[in-house]
Amino acid sequence: MHKAVRDLREGLARWELWGTLGWNEISQRYRRSVIGPFWITISMGIMVAGLGVLYASLWGLPTREYLPYLTIGFVVWNFIAGLLLESCQVFSGVGGVIRQIRVPLSVHVFQMLWRNLIVMGHNVAILIAVMLVYDVRLGITVWLAVPGFLLICLNGVWGGLLLGLICTRFRDVPQIVTNAVQILFFLTPVLWKAERLAEHRYVVALNPFHHLLELVRTPLLGGIPTFETWVIAGLVTVVGWGATLPIFTRYRSRIAFWV
Amino acid sequence: MASIQLERVSVAFPIYNGRSRSLKNRVLAATTGGRIGRDAHNYVSIQALDEVSLVFEHGDRVGLVGHNGAGKTTLLRVLAGIYEPPSGKLKIAGNVAPLFDIGLGLDVKSTGYENIILRGLYLGLSRSGMRAKTEEIAAFSELGECLDLPLRTYSAGMYARLAFAISTCIEPDILLLDEGLGISDPAFLAKARRCLTAFMDRAGIVVLASHQEALLREVCTKAVLMKHGRVAATGGVDEILALVRPDC
Repeated sequence: MHKAVRDLREGLARWELWGTLGWNEISQRYRRSVIGPFWITISMGIMVAGLGVLYASLWGLPTREYLPYLTIGFVVWNFIAGLLLESCQVFSGVGGVIRQIRVPLSVHVFQMLWRNLIVMGHNVAILIAVMLVYDVRLGITVWLAVPGFLLICLNGVWGGLLLGLICTRFRDVPQIVTNAVQILFFLTPVLWKAERLAEHRYVVALNPFHHLLELVRTPLLGGIPTFETWVIAGLVTVVGWGATLPIFTRYRSRIAFWV
Repeated sequence: MASIQLERVSVAFPIYNGRSRSLKNRVLAATTGGRIGRDAHNYVSIQALDEVSLVFEHGDRVGLVGHNGAGKTTLLRVLAGIYEPPSGKLKIAGNVAPLFDIGLGLDVKSTGYENIILRGLYLGLSRSGMRAKTEEIAAFSELGECLDLPLRTYSAGMYARLAFAISTCIEPDILLLDEGLGISDPAFLAKARRCLTAFMDRAGIVVLASHQEALLREVCTKAVLMKHGRVAATGGVDEILALVRPDC
């Protein structure tokens, strides 16, 4: 077990490396474009504006209620989905590096997390704009979103280690994950509201992504996440790390042979 | 004090897409490469290193010789900590710098200066530590103002110059080198060799895998002959090179 923990500790200590690499990836994607990384912001803005107006009328909800709900959900879901999809390539995508030099493997996971945080930072601009336009008052509960978001990140790290490991060994898994993320987007209350679900409540109640999303969305809209949400999100974190640490300890040294 | 101890180190590669093999490959594998076998799950695996036991002490400059696929690169990667051997014991004292792929950590879209920092970070140095060395590296590479341009505008020779300059600025205890340097400009090659010799003098242990007899004779004090993943012989450079020649 201590081998996995040591890899994580050494990986964290190399923050200058993954910080630089993550930042470079974003800035290079948009190098020589006039607007640069703000294309991320623009595409999110168009998405939210388009979907927001359409779905508000579909559900028969006022836009001033629906748009902030949708924007928060969309920004956070984008972050979670990004983590899930990019976790699949977190090791197999950097085979050249892994075979050339010994760098703690968790560096690649932290780099992936950091890159997604930067993308999310650009999307938060839209969130702020929507909050201002619809005059959403932030209450004291907003601070609850901070531990909630940290919990998502913490799950992102074990998810990256575990999915990265499995996807390096079994090259069919990335395809499965891509499909799963697509379906999960519709199964998770991002576009729709959980309370509209009359039957099949378990789709929401047992969906860990719903609870992780709620940890951030509810406090920003002035509510407090339910006890059930905290318990399930906590359980996911504990069970996830509990499974990942022994698996990563056992198979970490095989990754260099698999990539 | 740098030291390396390997005791019965074995490494086998699983090949997950090589389940069906032709007889031709099997015959060819008898003359080059490691030994190919199947593990318990019927996956093809290559025994790249087979019970390798070696001891290198401070000041050793070791040449690794052998056929393509004899296990030289695998052994270097074990020494670099990239492959953790599933069986056997490995003890390394001192910090290790691998110089395998001269292009590692180089990013073609970033400028030369940005790449100097980036490669240093890969090698475990801090950003401020690399900044302090930037001038030295820039001067050594003789690239001047080109360092402000992105790497994709560089010619192959300029690329190699920069990579070499960055890689030799660090001062490790153990230096691992694989094959040639990728430099063709004769003036710079001479400079690179001088620098490499000086660099090797600073490093406690140098392990160099190469087919170039002249380079091995110039640099190494002892040599190891690898054959099919096993250590076939160890000894003086001339002695070992004499063993290699009849095979060719």
